[in-house]
Amino acid sequence: MILTLPIILPFFFAIVMMLFWKNYKAHRIINLISSFALLVIAVSLFIMTNNYGIQTLTIGNYIAPFGITLVSDLLSSIMVLITSVIAFGTSIYSLSTIDSENEKFGYYPLLQVLLMGINGAFLTGDIFNLYVWFEVMLISSFVLLALGGKRQQLEGAIKYVTLNLLSSALFLAGVGILYGLAGTLNMADLSLKLSSIPKSELTTIVSILFLVAFGIKSAMFPLFFWLPASYHTPPAAVSAIFAGLLTKVGVYSLLRVFTLIFVNNIEFTHTIILILSGLTMLTGVFGAASQMEFRRILSFHIISQIGYMTMGLGLFTKLAITGTVFYIIHHIIVKTNLFFISGVVQKYSGSYKLKDLGGLYKIYPLIGLLFLIPALSLAGIPPLSGFWAKFLVIKAGIDVDQFLIVAVALFVSLLTLFSMIKIWNEAFWKDADNTNQNKEKLTLVNTVLLFLPIILLALITITIGLNVEPFLNIAEKTADQLLNKNQYIEAVLGIVK
Amino acid sequence: MDFLLVLIIGLLYTAGLYLLMRKSFVKVIIGLILLGHAANLLIFLVGRTTKGNPAFISSNGLIQEPFADPLPQALILTAIVIGFGVQAFAIVLFKRTYQSINSDDLDDMNTTDSMD
Repeated sequence: MILTLPIILPFFFAIVMMLFWKNYKAHRIINLISSFALLVIAVSLFIMTNNYGIQTLTIGNYIAPFGITLVSDLLSSIMVLITSVIAFGTSIYSLSTIDSENEKFGYYPLLQVLLMGINGAFLTGDIFNLYVWFEVMLISSFVLLALGGKRQQLEGAIKYVTLNLLSSALFLAGVGILYGLAGTLNMADLSLKLSSIPKSELTTIVSILFLVAFGIKSAMFPLFFWLPASYHTPPAAVSAIFAGLLTKVGVYSLLRVFTLIFVNNIEFTHTIILILSGLTMLTGVFGAASQMEFRRILSFHIISQIGYMTMGLGLFTKLAITGTVFYIIHHIIVKTNLFFISGVVQKYSGSYKLKDLGGLYKIYPLIGLLFLIPALSLAGIPPLSGFWAKFLVIKAGIDVDQFLIVAVALFVSLLTLFSMIKIWNEAFWKDADNTNQNKEKLTLVNTVLLFLPIILLALITITIGLNVEPFLNIAEKTADQLLNKNQYIEAVLGIVK
Repeated sequence: MDFLLVLIIGLLYTAGLYLLMRKSFVKVIIGLILLGHAANLLIFLVGRTTKGNPAFISSNGLIQEPFADPLPQALILTAIVIGFGVQAFAIVLFKRTYQSINSDDLDDMNTTDSMD
């Protein structure tokens, strides 16, 4: 029962909000309640999964390979948990940053539908159902992105919509061929059926179809162009939740299908993933180094960080998968926080462009400090969470003698530090030219609401960094579960292989 | 029949991808729609086509082999509905953009990718 709640709850509250469509002020309260309830449920789901093993639920009592199964293994429950943390943060942050124009057009209901789509994608155990959740997530993200209707937003939305629809069409074709090949859509059953097909070339071809489809969603090289074209256009709260969660749904799907279903031809598929990871890291970080706009720099850094996550998948050892899982946890929190801070900077100085910014540290030292925590964590400075995440994937690379990718990863993290310092120098350190008059005056309540989620996420980053052991253990346990796919199959199909 | 479907699917994919690479909004949308159709037909085909034998159980409780697999058709129905919604949204988005920038040329939409 608890398995359906992360999906049903946001949906229910979205409907409630739509009943009070005109009264958009009530949306704020309902949205907060919903996000908090989601957080509670996600925590209990995670504790349940961690203590009692993989949880499953077959919808409508159709037995496993025929009906749609919801599965919560450690990876799914961790993702749902982080989603709810980010959702809660974004809900608070939205209160003081989203203008009433957007609220009138249903910003909060859309946010909840987006969460429903994301949670559905994480929890489903059926590959076609995954497609459906992707679409739910996409359509609400389309509207959230275009809401407000500024020229920039519309242009960004067109690029985002077109490329994501292309990806969906490819995903759908892949699902179709996979069904023709194995005669099932249940992921656990697919894993069983495909492992009995002896080294079929067709399976490899389908796996590449999935790699391209999920590669577009997760913004891997060379399929990332929609991301830097669109993520800097919507309000900061929307960018933040997109940056934190949407591409990671792609990474999650890659992680799921390439540990569970497509493991017949590892030396081929996972080598491709590894090469693409290296290129993703490099292009992302070079893109970021050449940009001079706060959120565009951060957008390009999403791409380069995706490379680290898929690098762990490409190496495909236990330590590497541990690194990937840890990296996802670290990255979602840090990246969302950086986008939150970019919004604060915009509030206080009226611009996202680095050349218009300056002198912020002198006036608001707190913002500077709060920026440094996630920024240095992103670059991998010990003892913050990013250091451990990078350490794990790089150690995994050294262990299997993949020195080239290790060199790339180290080089990229150096350049990450460079562009974080660039933001610091330009926005916080250099002398301000006080020509910009777009500043907003904030009330005390709004200021608290603005900083609360940022401080919360910064504290989580520091906690992960200083108290790494429990997080590492969970990530290791998750990797163990992902690599021993029999556990998953057993839990879903209820048979011992 | 199967061979014909293969040809049509190939044609739809080719036309869809070609149109996606054009500059005009309308052509891009038509390209997306064609790609959706191609994927739907592909599912239909790889789900094996069976002529004239739906998966109905007759009054004696038996089912006549070989019968058509109903699942791919259910998948296609779902995909059509989703595709319909998404395409409708895309059309409105393109129209709204056209009103905003007064051009239907994708090359004019470069403000989000410019450097400053």
